[in-house]
Amino acid sequence: MVSGLINANPVVYEKKERRVRSALDYVDEYAVEPIDQQEVFDILSSSLILMPFILSCIKFEVPLSPCFDPEHPYSLEELKVITEDAIEVNDECSYVRVTFTPTVEHCSMATVIGLCLRVKLMRSLPSRYKVDIRVAPGTHATEAAVNKQLNDKERVAAALENPNLVDMVDECLAPTYG
Amino acid sequence: MEFFDDGDYELREIQKLEGHTDRVWCLSWNPKTGINGVPPIIASCSGDKTIRIWEQSGPSQSWRCKAVLEETHARTVRSCAWSLCGKFLATGSFDATTAIWENVGGDYECVSTLEGHENEVKSVSWNECGNMLATCSRDKSVWIWEVLPGNEFECVTVLQGHTQDVKMVQWHPRMDIVFSCSYDNTIKVWWSEDAESENWECCQTIGESNNGHSSTVWALSFNVEGDKMVSCSDDLTLKIWEANTLRMESGDGYAPWSHICTLSGYHDRTIFSVHWSREGIIASGAADDAIRLFVESKDDSIDGPSYKMLLKKEKAHDMDVNSVQWNPVDHHLLASGSDDGTIKIWELASTSTEMPEASTESTESTASTEKKALQKLGMTTLI
Repeated sequence: MVSGLINANPVVYEKKERRVRSALDYVDEYAVEPIDQQEVFDILSSSLILMPFILSCIKFEVPLSPCFDPEHPYSLEELKVITEDAIEVNDECSYVRVTFTPTVEHCSMATVIGLCLRVKLMRSLPSRYKVDIRVAPGTHATEAAVNKQLNDKERVAAALENPNLVDMVDECLAPTYG
Repeated sequence: MEFFDDGDYELREIQKLEGHTDRVWCLSWNPKTGINGVPPIIASCSGDKTIRIWEQSGPSQSWRCKAVLEETHARTVRSCAWSLCGKFLATGSFDATTAIWENVGGDYECVSTLEGHENEVKSVSWNECGNMLATCSRDKSVWIWEVLPGNEFECVTVLQGHTQDVKMVQWHPRMDIVFSCSYDNTIKVWWSEDAESENWECCQTIGESNNGHSSTVWALSFNVEGDKMVSCSDDLTLKIWEANTLRMESGDGYAPWSHICTLSGYHDRTIFSVHWSREGIIASGAADDAIRLFVESKDDSIDGPSYKMLLKKEKAHDMDVNSVQWNPVDHHLLASGSDDGTIKIWELASTSTEMPEASTESTESTASTEKKALQKLGMTTLI
């Protein structure tokens, strides 16, 4: 039985300094710009999905570490769930692979995080893109099962017809809209 | 068995059918159309919760949407199948129900709704006689329904055995044997030795340990004789299986299926659909947007049959190809349905017959053109 937060004391990391895109990128506004690693990372890292959801569904009973602010939704980047290096992009082949690191080995939220990542990319990337989502090797107890589920589009489609699940995903992704 | 020469064939797009507002999951040709002056009809079902009926008609012989069956399923319609008589269409939905539609003078009425599965129905299939229907679901079970007078359906048995959701059910084309394939990576064969009894049981489980697939098995299909089966999987392979069905048909007990060949190295992403044409061409539809065709190869037949790729149609659709279905009457007609929301009708054509009748053509190549034209004729006479 789960008592308290799944990961009550997540390690929060500094946001990495972004490299600034060179001015050259903006010379021709109408040129077809290939999608690159940084762009996909920006799409995902701004997704503030983790804490609000966990806090909304789990009654926490254990004291939180002083540095952890439950009112503050941490981004996936701050929690090192995703890093830029863990995103492979091949624009020519319209292919993206995201490898994410669940916060703890037994994090039961791994599937939900993965689903949110998939939905976020589905909504952000051109439809020609093929997206594979997987948990980083060795970071999750049921790695293969999570990966299989996240990449079975029939299961994903069925999950996204579940109003409760969609509400949850939307709630998780909401801060990134607007 | 027809053999095909290398190359020289192409899939020519005849028409793109647009209308669905979400991904197209499954297609089914009405088997009683396209002959005796009845225009060909195909049904499609989609994530937009509707089923569409398309007909080829008019002076232009173009495909048009004749009916939209909606407001019956509350969620994605995942699967559709015409009964062999062409009068009934069964549709399975994520809303956990199966609907039976009857064609009444061109109008489609929902005459029955089958409830029982706990969650998403993923596939529906009629048996050869049309007196039984099989359905399967994420609830890991396969249900067999008997068709009773007055559009009544009675559940004969609930088959439990798969450990994960069941992706597809399919009846054998000649005998009352049910095949199911699953997210648990296996294919299971269900049979009732005494046709009258309700004693259905799992006669065989084909898993990774007996040359089976190493990931989700999405679909399977039979050749016209029913002695071979092809399955497709998330493990990026097609596998061909064989059984002594003649022995079984003569009442000699269950004949197990054995692996004869694995087609690997052709697909880069999940294969969602596979369909064996009546003249021996295997079509596959995959998540790499391509359609591939395979035929039995004349070469290397010492070690039993082998198969080779006849052609690959890259970018057949803008997104994943979820369903490929050969027309049961016009064997050169293939339909495909995709995540891009469209259905495409293709014609398998020999490129060599396209060549202009150049007088400079050598005798040899004329002969080979002739041979191919004959082959093409041979293909059509196989009806």
